[in-house]
Amino acid sequence: MKKFIFAIIYLFIFNTSSFALIEVDITRGNLDPLPVAVSPLYVEPGSKEINEDGKIIKNVGEEISKVIELNLKRSGLFNPLKKDSFVQKPDIAHIKPRFEDWRLIKAQALVTGKVSIFDDKLRAEFRLWDTIAGKEMVALAYSTSPNSWRRVAHLISDKIYQRLTGEEGYFDSRIIYVSETGPKTQRYKKLAIMDQDGANVNYLTLGNELVLTPRFSPKNQLVTYLSYFRNIPRVYLLDIETGVQEVVGDFPGMTFAPRFSPDGKKIIMSFAKDGNSDIYTMNLESRVVEKITDHTSIDTSPSYSPDGKYICFNSDRSGLQQIYVMRNDGSNVKRITFGKGLYGTPVWSPRGDLIAFTRVHKGKFYIGVMRPDGSGERLLTENFYQEAPSWSPNGRVLIFYRETKTDSEGKGFSAKLWSIDLTGYNERLIETETDASDPSWSSLLSK
Amino acid sequence: MTRSIFLSLVFHSVMIILTALTLPFMMRNPIDLPPILSVDLIQITDKTNIPYAAKATKILEKIKKEEEKRVVSEQAPPTEKKKEKPDRIPLPDDLNKEKKEIIKKKQNPKEIEEQIRQASEFEKKELFDPNQIAALIDKSKEDTAETLKKSDKLTQSDVKKSFSNALTLSQEDALKAQIFGCWSLPLGLPYQENLLVRIKLKLKPDGTVLRSEVLDHARMNTPGQAFYKVLAESALRAIRICQPLRVPPTGYEKWKDLQLNFDANEMLKG
Repeated sequence: MKKFIFAIIYLFIFNTSSFALIEVDITRGNLDPLPVAVSPLYVEPGSKEINEDGKIIKNVGEEISKVIELNLKRSGLFNPLKKDSFVQKPDIAHIKPRFEDWRLIKAQALVTGKVSIFDDKLRAEFRLWDTIAGKEMVALAYSTSPNSWRRVAHLISDKIYQRLTGEEGYFDSRIIYVSETGPKTQRYKKLAIMDQDGANVNYLTLGNELVLTPRFSPKNQLVTYLSYFRNIPRVYLLDIETGVQEVVGDFPGMTFAPRFSPDGKKIIMSFAKDGNSDIYTMNLESRVVEKITDHTSIDTSPSYSPDGKYICFNSDRSGLQQIYVMRNDGSNVKRITFGKGLYGTPVWSPRGDLIAFTRVHKGKFYIGVMRPDGSGERLLTENFYQEAPSWSPNGRVLIFYRETKTDSEGKGFSAKLWSIDLTGYNERLIETETDASDPSWSSLLSK
Repeated sequence: MTRSIFLSLVFHSVMIILTALTLPFMMRNPIDLPPILSVDLIQITDKTNIPYAAKATKILEKIKKEEEKRVVSEQAPPTEKKKEKPDRIPLPDDLNKEKKEIIKKKQNPKEIEEQIRQASEFEKKELFDPNQIAALIDKSKEDTAETLKKSDKLTQSDVKKSFSNALTLSQEDALKAQIFGCWSLPLGLPYQENLLVRIKLKLKPDGTVLRSEVLDHARMNTPGQAFYKVLAESALRAIRICQPLRVPPTGYEKWKDLQLNFDANEMLKG
């Protein structure tokens, strides 16, 4: 009997370790964009139609889902599935999706929602489902005025992006750029602003004078840019909501390459005098002007790090134009680029981890990124002429502009906005009404 | 003797009645309730939530006034521009009206506060929905169950390396190949992070998954590691899509507990 009990105890103790846990390493997978089904939002019966400048939007639910789809598609991370293949209708899908139906069309995530417009108020509700696990991942409702339906679509896109990638989205944002018309020798340049997806274009200046390098303030409705008003190139400040404009500082010469500090309180720019240009800042509240660099070479294109402690800029102090990093008071200047060719237009990522730049080498233009210490340089795209990268609010996508060659008759010239993500694979043209250059991405509008 | 038979009969009949009464409950399907709909309501203002550059606009107004007094010089182009303003900035008139409304709101914080309060009261009502609370409790149970489970098994998984692998190479390859096809890696993962998700499975003899748990569960809710949750979810999805797993026909005892190490590092870094 005793032996029997011992045997049982023995088995009990040693049985568990008699079989080792088998481990299998999975090191490969699919790198295709995630298949997502965006069901049209169900419009509650009795909802009003939206009249948008004479254009009547009958099914706002479907329109919102289209905007979401395009946003997700353009990010390159998702593959929105065709609506023809959807089995379940939007009204039922929103309450309880039949996950088998969605799995059948290989959707791994599903977006459903409903929208209503009563008393001039739009209420949109959406849910993101994990079709494989059969679980709800996120659910939110927005209420706003009916004309802001596009913003609702962008906000929903941001939430989906955030839930499925773990990073903040960038769809609820705007882009300011220089709209160009006319032949190459006589271009009319106007400041224009649009939603990140190219909708809602608004022109902010008339095109009487040359405008360049518009930059958003990270905190408010201000834009700083370079204007050749009366043929004197100077940095201006423009409130995009009120239209109030103002020249920045009282410099006896040319100021250019402006940019806001991360807190939006200062403008940093270059000031050129007698063939030498240095970097200056001006505090917008106190109007105090500070000289940051003092060198006989050309120092320009300054850009703050997101914490405001450092500034990157380009300078030809070593002979050729290269990128440098210094403290915000101008001390501790360090060169970070040592590659062949020229480096310019450095921009610090809003995440702080990378600096984007334009590199020119052997007649080709590259947009690339590197760490702030100059390591890990990666060139994302190469072309005949392209420059001026600007970061998306989440620091994952760059927008820049690209010009095409003119032929022997002087035709064929065009300037267009393009975006590319950090992988370097997802390169997309951003459609604009006119030719466009010098884009600058705003921060998130709802921050 | 008769007494004991009688007692036995009584007890048995009681037992039979009790089982007859209680067991059908277990046979019944759980009631199929529609999922509880919980949403957070977010108010969006007509324009953007970005604040006006209050101080800057004040300064602008000051300068405007000053410059109106001043003689227009070469260095003060803005005044000239202001005259052109209506032409220069082609904004529709009603936009201007909207702007005034917004400014009103900004100056009247009470108004805004009221709006917020309304929204939050609405939310409260939703929060106190008893159904929802039940759902929350259920959810938390699930979560704690998962976190409790993992703790002691971590050490065990460290021991296992000293034992030889029980799957043959071809068996392992079959399983790997199957999961490779099911796993959609989330794109946009950060490059410089540890992208390894270890998932422990309990399997049925036919390869279907009884239970799955993420071993580094705590990391899923660590701030700044949101990508890890996304990665873990993608791995769990892969397992669900692949079910039943291609397991060997024999030796169930060996592989009924299986650990899959999903490693995205290699894929992304090449």
